Amino acid sequence: MSKVIGDVILDVQNISLRFGGVKALTDISFNVKEHEIRSIIGPNGAGKSSMLNCINGVYTPSEGSITFRGQTFDHMNSRQVAEMGIARTFQNLALFKGMSVIDNIMSGRNLKIKSNLLLQALRWGPAEREEIAHREKVEHIIDFLEIQAFRKTPVGQLPYGLQKRVDLGRALAMEPKVLLLDEPMAGMNLEEKQDMCRFILDVNDEFGTTIVLIEHDMGVVMDISDRVVVLDYGKKIGDGAPDEVRNNEDVIRAYLGTSH
Amino acid sequence: MFYRENGQFKTSYQADQQIFPITQDRWAILAIIAFAAIGVPLLVDEYFYRAILIPFLILSLAALGVNILVGYCGQISLGSGAFMAVGAYMAYNTYVRVDGMPLIVALLAGGFFATLVGLVFGIPSLRVKGLYLAVATLAAQFFCDWAFLRIGWFTNNNASGSVSVSNLNVLGWTIDTPLEKYLFCLGFLVVFGLLAKNLVRSAIGREWMAIRDMDVAAAVIGIRPMYAKLSAFAVSSFIVGVAGALWGFVHLGSWEPAAFSIDRSFQLLFMVIIGGMGSIMGSFFGAAFIVVLPIFLNQVLPALGTLVGVDISTATVSHTEYMIFGALIVWFLIVEPHGLAKLWSIGKQKLRLWPFPH
Amino acid sequence: MAFFLETLFGGLMAGMLYSLVALGFVLIFKASGVFNFAQGAMVLVAALSMARFSEWLPLWLGFESKVLANVLGFAASVVFMFLLAWLVERLVLRHLVNQEGVTLLMATLGITYFIDGFGQTLFGSDIYKIDVGMPKDPVFILDGVFEGGVLVNQEDVVAALIAAVLVAALSLFFQKTSTGRALRAVADDHQAAQSIGIPLNRIWVIVWCVAGITALVAGIIWGSKLGVQFSLTTVALRALPVIILGGLTSVPGAIIGGLIIGVGEKLSEVYIGPLVGGGIEIWFAYMLALVFLLFRPQGLFGEKIIDRV
Repeated sequence: MSKVIGDVILDVQNISLRFGGVKALTDISFNVKEHEIRSIIGPNGAGKSSMLNCINGVYTPSEGSITFRGQTFDHMNSRQVAEMGIARTFQNLALFKGMSVIDNIMSGRNLKIKSNLLLQALRWGPAEREEIAHREKVEHIIDFLEIQAFRKTPVGQLPYGLQKRVDLGRALAMEPKVLLLDEPMAGMNLEEKQDMCRFILDVNDEFGTTIVLIEHDMGVVMDISDRVVVLDYGKKIGDGAPDEVRNNEDVIRAYLGTSH
Repeated sequence: MFYRENGQFKTSYQADQQIFPITQDRWAILAIIAFAAIGVPLLVDEYFYRAILIPFLILSLAALGVNILVGYCGQISLGSGAFMAVGAYMAYNTYVRVDGMPLIVALLAGGFFATLVGLVFGIPSLRVKGLYLAVATLAAQFFCDWAFLRIGWFTNNNASGSVSVSNLNVLGWTIDTPLEKYLFCLGFLVVFGLLAKNLVRSAIGREWMAIRDMDVAAAVIGIRPMYAKLSAFAVSSFIVGVAGALWGFVHLGSWEPAAFSIDRSFQLLFMVIIGGMGSIMGSFFGAAFIVVLPIFLNQVLPALGTLVGVDISTATVSHTEYMIFGALIVWFLIVEPHGLAKLWSIGKQKLRLWPFPH
Repeated sequence: MAFFLETLFGGLMAGMLYSLVALGFVLIFKASGVFNFAQGAMVLVAALSMARFSEWLPLWLGFESKVLANVLGFAASVVFMFLLAWLVERLVLRHLVNQEGVTLLMATLGITYFIDGFGQTLFGSDIYKIDVGMPKDPVFILDGVFEGGVLVNQEDVVAALIAAVLVAALSLFFQKTSTGRALRAVADDHQAAQSIGIPLNRIWVIVWCVAGITALVAGIIWGSKLGVQFSLTTVALRALPVIILGGLTSVPGAIIGGLIIGVGEKLSEVYIGPLVGGGIEIWFAYMLALVFLLFRPQGLFGEKIIDRV
């Protein structure tokens, strides 16, 4: 199925990030087009997660700005960004371990819940109807991710691969325009990776969600990405279609080291 | 095999999401409430009401409030005694200074003022957590201790420094026998228990738990930490304030600030820890435990003492009480951080299999 | 003016006492990241043990000398505190190693209650005296500058000197000895310290022992001045605002924080107290701490608290 890639939806301009004396990111610029799958790759410590954290509002960049859906910000506010339509998963699974799978994914719907405290306490009329409507949406996501059997299980008790799916589910529950995935396939075996790939492609396909993906598995990256950004030591060293990047000398050197 | 969900298929989300999805649970709760309202009055005597049941009901309510803040939202609070005090004193002032004020409105007004104080002292939670937050709540405790002692307005400029209420009645129904007091408190507990249960299983409850489990990630999903934390403080203080008003009006009749000292705060916290943090049932278990234990020790220890020929004084009993509390807190935190409520739910799991071994 | 100076000195001395208790908190936190709510209870149980042992030992061993009674009493108390420290580490801390701060805090709260009950069961619950020969008479100084001089309590001055010596000894311990270095390593990063072979459990016992000795010294000084009685509110809870002000990880912070709180309390009570009905001492320290919490949670000298995703 061919898909139509739209205009630029997210534009990162000259972002630099400093922690005290350490420069995590130096003058990074790239853009992301609507409906595409954009991968960010690079050796460990290159600053990929930091980049996502800047887009997400978790870190404040020292310099530069980010334009999202036409609005430019020096510093993204987490909640505002979530409301505008950016969701993400975490490398280390920031799930709410004490809650069940349903509750975790429902928490992603919180942005959309309108009824106030009093109505919720009485669980009456509008509050009840809203809760049911959101439950339906969440059940769709659970079906999509094939985790029906675990819906009432506390998330802390699930195996790692399933927890990653719940993380994805929670992000999907926000109905985002842009989905930031931070190493969604880390620690998975081949089958689990294939499942996760399938989910990511389906999300991109069926819902048209733009995906920004950090991933180490080169096979996956080259297979599913439309465009790739390469970071090394906080600097951008490559940007373009997978094939271009694969043959870029700087990129090869970053991964394999220079020959002496 | 009797306590099983076999055959109970839910055909709508509404059915799946109700408070007690398992039919047996629903019957059990109705039975318990019926027993509490009708059966208990037939069985117990006055002493039981005054010494055990009424304190149990009111402290359960207070523990419920504290559990929402500490157990569900993860914000530690050592100042619950102060919120009870605000509830009690402001209810008193509303009742006494406004002619013809209905009792229930006065009690709720106490809760309302407690909410205001709770919001103010909840503001530090937006900046700090853990020990630092504990210190902030202690500031509330000590400040209120002083305010209710020294600022005459609160005690209606009473010379003795203590206040008292009498002639409680609701729409003509006077509340002066222990039975009537018991039913009055039971009513409050059932209503608030229901409201609290609804809150914790809806969106705001999920927000609270999200903040407890991982507050940085919560912000990223779009949960507003400020709203979640302050709402937890508000709801918790309201419930604790009403409980404080009940404690003063119904249980004590007349009181001084010392009734709501820091010992009370610790007592409530212990109830929540032992009973089970993040569990409505747990608040009841914890309250029951802490109300019954001293009485139990008071009867049993001297008896044991005479058995072995040792004279056990009241001081010793109270020291033993402290030791047991301390040891239990530590034991629960190590072995079962989710308290008695978790043990109860493990028991229920085993019950599902009974009488089969596996 | 003389009155102001007297109040000031009084405040400084009271502050010194707070600092001594706060030191114990800071030590344990620095070395293990555990906030030991039970430190106050430890001070009191240490004082109790000193009072009682120095009373009982002459009776048990049949001698008269006061000095010997004190010395042996001190030794017995040290052993007792070490035992307590070892038990706490073994029975409680070891099992709570990976829990979050709040759980540990509440566990130490439980320990407080336990020590409260246990100490009084063991040693009795009356008010006891400690007499280690501290000079009790006040002196008047600065006679020439102010008429009649300024009243200063000799006992307080001696206490301040002892505290200073203690702090100096602790600083040397932390900076110069290998155990001290190990303690600092553990405070920084448990796992890293373990991976280079530092025995975590033994370190924690050492830390609690050191805190126990600090508690003993503080307890003796408090007890000598005020008599030994169990009142949780007075001691432990008074020390908490000190740590907030000074910073949880700073030894100089505990000292300076204590002095500030001590002086602040006395001055506010004397000068502001009468305006609002008196009795401000109860909450002055805490309100000051509250202000710090809102604007500078790490205190004057503490390290900035960083939250990581």
